Amino acid sequence: MGPQLRLQPRTEQKVVQFLMYFMTSLAVLVLVFILVVILKNGLPQLSLEFLTRNPADMGREGGILSTIVATIFLTFIALLVATPLGVGTAIYLTEYTVESRITKVIRFGAECLAGIPSIIFGLFGFILFVNKLKFGWSILSGGLTLAFMVLPTIIRTSEEAIKAVPQAYRLVSFSLGSTRWQTVTRVVLPSAIPGIVTGVILSIGRSIGETAAVIFTAGSALRMPTSLFSSSRTMSVHFYILAKEGVSMPKAYGTAAVLVISILVINIATYYLMEKYIRRKS
Amino acid sequence: MKQRGILVRDFSHYYGQTRSLNNINLDVYRNEILGIIGPAKSGKSTFLACLNRLNDLIPGSRVEGKILIDEQDIYGPEVDVVALRRKLGMVFATPVPLPLTIYENIVFGVRLLGNNNRKELDLIVQDSLEKAGLWGEVKDRLHTSALKLSGGQQQRLCIARVLALKPQYIMLDEPTSGLDPISTMKIEDSLRALKKDYTIILVTNNTKQAARVADRTAFFLMGELVEIDETPVVFTRPADKRTEAYLLGKFG
Repeated sequence: MGPQLRLQPRTEQKVVQFLMYFMTSLAVLVLVFILVVILKNGLPQLSLEFLTRNPADMGREGGILSTIVATIFLTFIALLVATPLGVGTAIYLTEYTVESRITKVIRFGAECLAGIPSIIFGLFGFILFVNKLKFGWSILSGGLTLAFMVLPTIIRTSEEAIKAVPQAYRLVSFSLGSTRWQTVTRVVLPSAIPGIVTGVILSIGRSIGETAAVIFTAGSALRMPTSLFSSSRTMSVHFYILAKEGVSMPKAYGTAAVLVISILVINIATYYLMEKYIRRKS
Repeated sequence: MKQRGILVRDFSHYYGQTRSLNNINLDVYRNEILGIIGPAKSGKSTFLACLNRLNDLIPGSRVEGKILIDEQDIYGPEVDVVALRRKLGMVFATPVPLPLTIYENIVFGVRLLGNNNRKELDLIVQDSLEKAGLWGEVKDRLHTSALKLSGGQQQRLCIARVLALKPQYIMLDEPTSGLDPISTMKIEDSLRALKKDYTIILVTNNTKQAARVADRTAFFLMGELVEIDETPVVFTRPADKRTEAYLLGKFG
């Protein structure tokens, strides 16, 4: 028996508390560090002009308006497709089937889908939407690819949210003479909305920030998109090209700042709205 | 001559392999309060769930025998289960207001049928709440959340919500088990008043409650109907030793 390090429970408690505190601070610190670097370099670039003018000279001059528009369109299409699909799948899995081999396979499939690297989604989108379906590099191809990428997140969060609705609500609803669909639409979904919205917001964040899946499918044209079939460049792709090709670091930081700020704003706004919704209901 | 509303004949119910009700035979008369007493796991709640087919929702649920309600075999192929559940309103042990306003809770079942006429709904809300003895307490805050009501008020809300369906039968599953004596008294008062217009089946684990409000009382034990008779008879001269033992508190 070698010498043992024995601590008084009280000391042990203090040490552990310190370690926890340290680790938590580290996590927060990383976040703060990223924000500071991006905002310190990016904020000076921001101006009304930067937000309202299209890029010129490959992005060295001008603003990023066309990339903002492209990002919004892509994200919008992705969520427009993925939300009904994902919520529908979640409703099917939770309300319309009993646990069986099939539901397990579907769930496992969704989880595998979540683990696939986004660049593979990009390749898949390139083969299917860009080439096979001949959508070309376009907002549509990019949006659909993103939709498949965020689908597992939406299924998963919606399923959890629906499962969390008390079983008693369903019993009461059925006992008052509702059909299954009426129970789903009038009782289950209204109670599950906050959880479902959380999943949608996560997905919006991922869509806005996604680069690999988009560069293969939406292309990188700097023009203002004019239709679903326009090739266009999102903010993250723009940032990637500006930085990677050494076009303009200041403009890259400016773009990054807009990206980060918009994700923050979306998060804060939705949580605020959710709070209001929950308070109104209870 | 009392009219029979519900006839249960040789009725058994199974959860998978487990038999939860064994060969039940009983009648429910119109406009009576039938009390059902018995210890936990005696099949009382399952019996109610079989009457409005809420048991359909449980995987592995299976029935044998017949239940006739208003001369209709409720396990027959042409039964409209949704209509059946409206005919037999159900109040659960724990009050479960839906996370809606008081008003919307009451009209929930009415709206399901597509009736959204504001004037009619207003009338239904007032009428149902009055019958459930809650109108005076909530008439000024109909559009606030039902979750803010006290436990006793919530349970009367649940009764009002059932009344709004205009059912013919009201089934209550230990409706006062979580309530204080005063709330319990209020609910028992409403039940006595409701008997005029409805047939009531009251499951209770409180034998005194059955003695106070039930016209007839049935004693269930381990999935079997031990006996059923006029309440005073069951409580003073029970036919079966097990009933006597249960009423004396020898088990439960």
